Amino acid sequence: MSMTSIVTLQDLTVAYERHPAIHHISGSFAQGSLTAIVGPNGAGKSTLIKTIIGLLSPAQGKVTLNGMKAADAAFLPQSTTIDDSFPISVMDVVLMGLWRKVGAFRSIGRKERKIALDALALVGLAEFEGRNFGSLSAGQRQRVLFARLVAADSPLILLDEPFTALDARTTLDLLRLVQSWHEQGRTVIAVLHDFEQVRRFFPDSLLLARELIAWGPTETVLTADNLKKARAMSEAWDEDAEICLGIGE
Amino acid sequence: MNQLYDLLIGPFADFAFMKRGLVACLALALGAGPVGVFLVLRRMSLIGDTMAHSVLPGAAIGFMLAGLSLPAMGLGGFLAGLLVALISGLVSRYTHQKEDASFAAFFMISLALGVLLVSTHGSTVDLMHVLFGTILAVDDAALMLMAGVATVSLLLFAVIYRPLVAECFDSAFLRSVGGKGGLVHTLFLMLVVLNMVSGFQALGTLMAVGLMMLPAVAARFWVRQVWSLAAVASLVAFISGYAGLVLSYRFDLPSGPAIVLTAGMLYLVSLLIGPRGGLISNRTRQRHLAH
Repeated sequence: MSMTSIVTLQDLTVAYERHPAIHHISGSFAQGSLTAIVGPNGAGKSTLIKTIIGLLSPAQGKVTLNGMKAADAAFLPQSTTIDDSFPISVMDVVLMGLWRKVGAFRSIGRKERKIALDALALVGLAEFEGRNFGSLSAGQRQRVLFARLVAADSPLILLDEPFTALDARTTLDLLRLVQSWHEQGRTVIAVLHDFEQVRRFFPDSLLLARELIAWGPTETVLTADNLKKARAMSEAWDEDAEICLGIGE
Repeated sequence: MNQLYDLLIGPFADFAFMKRGLVACLALALGAGPVGVFLVLRRMSLIGDTMAHSVLPGAAIGFMLAGLSLPAMGLGGFLAGLLVALISGLVSRYTHQKEDASFAAFFMISLALGVLLVSTHGSTVDLMHVLFGTILAVDDAALMLMAGVATVSLLLFAVIYRPLVAECFDSAFLRSVGGKGGLVHTLFLMLVVLNMVSGFQALGTLMAVGLMMLPAVAARFWVRQVWSLAAVASLVAFISGYAGLVLSYRFDLPSGPAIVLTAGMLYLVSLLIGPRGGLISNRTRQRHLAH
């Protein structure tokens, strides 16, 4: 490939208590690519994305980011990890996206508020800034979290199951936003379940079943053969099975 | 008018021990409010209880070495509480055991050790004193300690406020942007232990948690921002302290339980009439929807 890569994986293996969640994955995400990570339940999709962002450390191999730090990427965690009854205003959630600029101590002024308000308008929540995050619907909350990603203004955006349990309208609006990020030249990597969605909106795919099954243009990855192979591998999993002997402690 | 004065102000004007008790309540309330609110937000409401008991052996060792001296017992309690928090954290980090489970294990060990130490090296009276406290016996040294803890707590909360809120709301996000979530969590646990120690002289290890948790959960029915929750919780804690002292003076009740029961009453009242999700406001809202 002639394009420069932004994220490179080299023989990446990540384990929980020595049981590998993903193993020996190599390849790279091209700068400006829009990639879906797909695979059966327990395939290690979230593990892969968390390792790229630096939340998990590889047991073996490594992740290299080209020209940026992991902390400069914008990350959307699975919505289940967020306390949705938390007493916080919509504005404060979006402002969190500016962490790279303001950190724990720098002040937040008119300029920062303007960035947050613009981000809210972009996700269709203009004038929601004073509302309480917990009082919103699930779809609106996800829009707020996308506004936080917009405010972060990062060249690399990672989404962990961004459309799970959302209504069709919100999903479509947010998919359009993802496409606009792609058009702006940002690199987007998303863990997804819906193959139709992936075929329609994601040019590249990475099919995972703890091992890499296929990675490349979506139409060459999501083939009947590959999906069958992934499913067969997932059925063979046994939680207490092999301890990968290749992992050094 | 005179009767009202005698009931509400007189005791504090006439007796130095009541005055000290009231100042102690103010100091405790300032620290306990925000600590309790963040414990609730971190879903660690019950861990507070656990931590309170774990300070006992340290306090007992302090008592054995230096007698009934608050600085010695406080330091011992602080170290014991911190040790339990630290070991539990390490266990949950390096094994599959969750933090609440390892906390429960180590606090039981700590509590049993504490009771053993107190009963072999002290008297039952001492044990009762450590478990239930006596706010009316707070001396100047204890008062300085409480005021110091309140000051340190408020200053440290101001410093770690933003990362602590981010860590409670969405810890994965904070870690992804390189925020020091682990450090903030540790500093917060330290504040919890510090405020426990400050509370146990006045309220005892059993009751100190009450003044943290009850105002914090009551505040949830009144306001909806972290900072205002902390302010309301401190206010509720202070009102409980004041009213508890008045009641204990008037009816000759033990002060610790009187204070915590007052906080409990305020919680029940908030649950009933609080405008943010209280039972009555929920009912009227449902009636509106039914139309």
